[in-house]
Amino acid sequence: MINAAGREIPEIIKGITKVTPYAGPFAICPQGRMVGPKIRAGKPGSEKLLKSLEQAIDASGLRDGMTISFHHHFRNGDYVLNQVVEAIARKGIRGLTLAPSSLNDVNDAIIPHIEAGVITAIETSGGRGKLGRLMTLGKLSKPTIIRSHGGRARAIECGDLHIDVAFLGAPCCDRYGNMNGVEGRSACGSLGYAMVDAAYADTVVAITDNLVPHPVHPISIPQTQVDFVVVVDSIGDPAGIASGALRISRNPRELLMAEYATGVIEHSEYFRQGISLQLGSGGASLSAAKFIQEKMLARGITGSFGVGGITNPFVEMLEQGLFETMFDTQDFDLPSIQSLRNNPRHVEMSASYYANPHSAGPIVNNLDVVILSATEVDVDFNVNVITDSNGIIMGASGGHSDTAAGAKLAIVVAPLLRGRLPMVLDRVDTIVTPGETVDVIITERGIAVNPRRTDLIESLKGSRLPVLHIQDLQRMAVELAGKPEPLPAGDEVVALIEYRDGSIIDVVRKPK
Amino acid sequence: MSEGRREAQAGTLESADILITVALTEPGAGLQIDLVSPTMKQYGAMIRQVIEKVLTANGIADAMVHANDKGALDYTIEARMQTAIDRAVGKG
Amino acid sequence: MKMEQLKLRRAMMFMPGNNPAMLQNAGIYGADTVIFDVEDAVAVSEKDAARQLVHNAIKRLQYPCEVAVRINHIQTPFGLDDLKVILPAKPDLIRLPKAETGQDIKIIDEIIGEAEAKYGFAAGSIGMMAAIETAKGLMHAYEIATASPRMVALAIGGEDFVADLKTSRSREGWELFVARSQLLLAARAAGIQAIDSVFANANDDEGFLAETRLIKELGFDGKSVINPRQVRMAQEVFTPSEKEIKNAERVLAAYKEALERKSGVVALDGKMIDTPIVTRAERVLAYAAAVRK
Repeated sequence: MINAAGREIPEIIKGITKVTPYAGPFAICPQGRMVGPKIRAGKPGSEKLLKSLEQAIDASGLRDGMTISFHHHFRNGDYVLNQVVEAIARKGIRGLTLAPSSLNDVNDAIIPHIEAGVITAIETSGGRGKLGRLMTLGKLSKPTIIRSHGGRARAIECGDLHIDVAFLGAPCCDRYGNMNGVEGRSACGSLGYAMVDAAYADTVVAITDNLVPHPVHPISIPQTQVDFVVVVDSIGDPAGIASGALRISRNPRELLMAEYATGVIEHSEYFRQGISLQLGSGGASLSAAKFIQEKMLARGITGSFGVGGITNPFVEMLEQGLFETMFDTQDFDLPSIQSLRNNPRHVEMSASYYANPHSAGPIVNNLDVVILSATEVDVDFNVNVITDSNGIIMGASGGHSDTAAGAKLAIVVAPLLRGRLPMVLDRVDTIVTPGETVDVIITERGIAVNPRRTDLIESLKGSRLPVLHIQDLQRMAVELAGKPEPLPAGDEVVALIEYRDGSIIDVVRKPK
Repeated sequence: MSEGRREAQAGTLESADILITVALTEPGAGLQIDLVSPTMKQYGAMIRQVIEKVLTANGIADAMVHANDKGALDYTIEARMQTAIDRAVGKG
Repeated sequence: MKMEQLKLRRAMMFMPGNNPAMLQNAGIYGADTVIFDVEDAVAVSEKDAARQLVHNAIKRLQYPCEVAVRINHIQTPFGLDDLKVILPAKPDLIRLPKAETGQDIKIIDEIIGEAEAKYGFAAGSIGMMAAIETAKGLMHAYEIATASPRMVALAIGGEDFVADLKTSRSREGWELFVARSQLLLAARAAGIQAIDSVFANANDDEGFLAETRLIKELGFDGKSVINPRQVRMAQEVFTPSEKEIKNAERVLAAYKEALERKSGVVALDGKMIDTPIVTRAERVLAYAAAVRK
């Protein structure tokens, strides 16, 4: 069947109970109730602290065929996922579904355990490196399910994704399981993605290298949700977890795109007292922070809140009083972690509060403006951040479709050419964010406004910004690079791109 | 064309460039093009065509070309080919 | 006023001539002129490759601005070959470095003229400019500026010039003060533009802005830049402010009214308006119109 994004979705997909085609960003009206966490009875004097990962795996009751989860707050410095999967493999448990909030290059280390059948399915935000390639080659027992951050929170809370055991790295933890992410050598800042797992998994195991006396303060994930605590030598490499202060790019092309993005915001109706804003951590998006800061100062306005993915430029704006509050699901650099620890206006939030569309309203609903990056875009304003030009999975969905759907002005930034390849296409390889939720596309050679946004087109008149039709941008790219040969379409479905509401917006097929 | 059967190189391995080696071979040996490119599937055939076009325009029917592409556009491929040929025939 | 003087050259941006990534993106930064450099930016062993690449870029890519090529000096082994390869692509301007005599200009003028005839370009369609980088060149600046009707601008090459003076560059630029003024005089006497030297420290925005304001006050028409980020900054300095435009409009209105009244004396806000003030106001408005285009 063809879904509302124009993509052919097979009606029956191996290993998937029910395939609901995407019907529009807000088409699904969910019924019923959210699932409840398992009831446990932690008695006074009970001991949660176990001696080893092996002991914790035994205590958790993990068996063949179950689903395990992890958070990705340690990014490329993560030691937890690899260590735990290693320990599970040693126990001879097989046929698990791996459902982390995302995967990083460092997790390529688990590939032997996938090949050996310890892990046979993956549900996550995306894939990179060798793991991405493995997913694309269809080496799992069923297609990988790719969800946005909000979509994952929704899936967990409504029961689509049932987690049997969550193994959560805890930078600071006490023996009764209270934890936070802002203290300790492996501090990562917000534990926003782990919060949903902690609240809904049948069994929660905290893994820490920094056991502190009870009670931890502040508490991000409470003892009421944590069954066991294990101390290991190290849960992560600080250098891979967070960088030093992220700085504004000096790449002139990225700066130019950041200036264009800022120009669009400045000329929109949303650039007023109380603006709310999310910026990605990509080069151009991050650089826009500096220009937006200048414009806000010049115009004499302050914002209501910022959302992130927090980075140093955002922290500076919070400290300058340019924003009242920062909502934080994850931190990319050390100043952001410090700010979350020290600044009461810097608020930790869960992935559900951030973006779950099937709640009474996530914070993305209140966003005025978001600036996002893209791998590819097309003339219908659809965005791909998952597959590369050869159809290989190499990126993650993240909060892309969530923020685009929520924000009043969703700006997507992409270079017109990457190497020789045009990035404005007839049709993106894989749709992650549907064009009807994308308002503006920015390249270094021009800006295209979604024709649905006649109001924006009007406000940008007289702005001196290079506003063109999206087809003009595409033509420019082809004039420079020539028209690329289309790749032969694959047939075997190897991954599903789930829209945030649980419908299927696209599938990834194994390239020929 | 001169008698010299020389080999010459032009270009770099920087992004958007292409490193090309042209070796003039015995008459009758024909054209042999050895191309490495990150966009082989999308542009491989076009890049070969450009290389052949420049060789033909220079009256060269027998050569071995090795091209290591880093995403070069046609104007660059043509320029690097021309420079490599000029250098190979001693015009460089 | 000659039309040529209305051509804006507030920011003339150098791009290394042997770098495809930079050449193909040269047009996106809004520079008034891009200058493809096959001189200092290119190693001696790569001169042939760079001139071929620049030729192809000009011929095949579309630039939304004026395109100039800085060739090697014709007394070097490269300059004549540069012209031979690059002229058929029809650049808008040839920029000669280290100009010292009017004769240098005349030789190039003749070669350009032959190329225009050979390739069927309109006679005089390829312009020239020259950079003064030595004391000797400065002594001949007027002769250089007037050696060919193709000449549209004189530029000062600061680094080489101060080396020739046996001093070095300071942040304030006192060592260049006389040279800049003298170059400006020569350019103005010849009725062409004067373009200032590059500001070397790409990370010192304050210093760049200060120097650009200074040379604008001296009378320069623009600045050579090496970093795309400096384009916008230079242009902002050179673009008349709303206040300047308003004021110029008022001056012209008062002048026009006085003419209609056949009154000999024109005054605005208690100040007398004479011809130079009217000329300046006209220049501000012509400039503002050119910027808007």
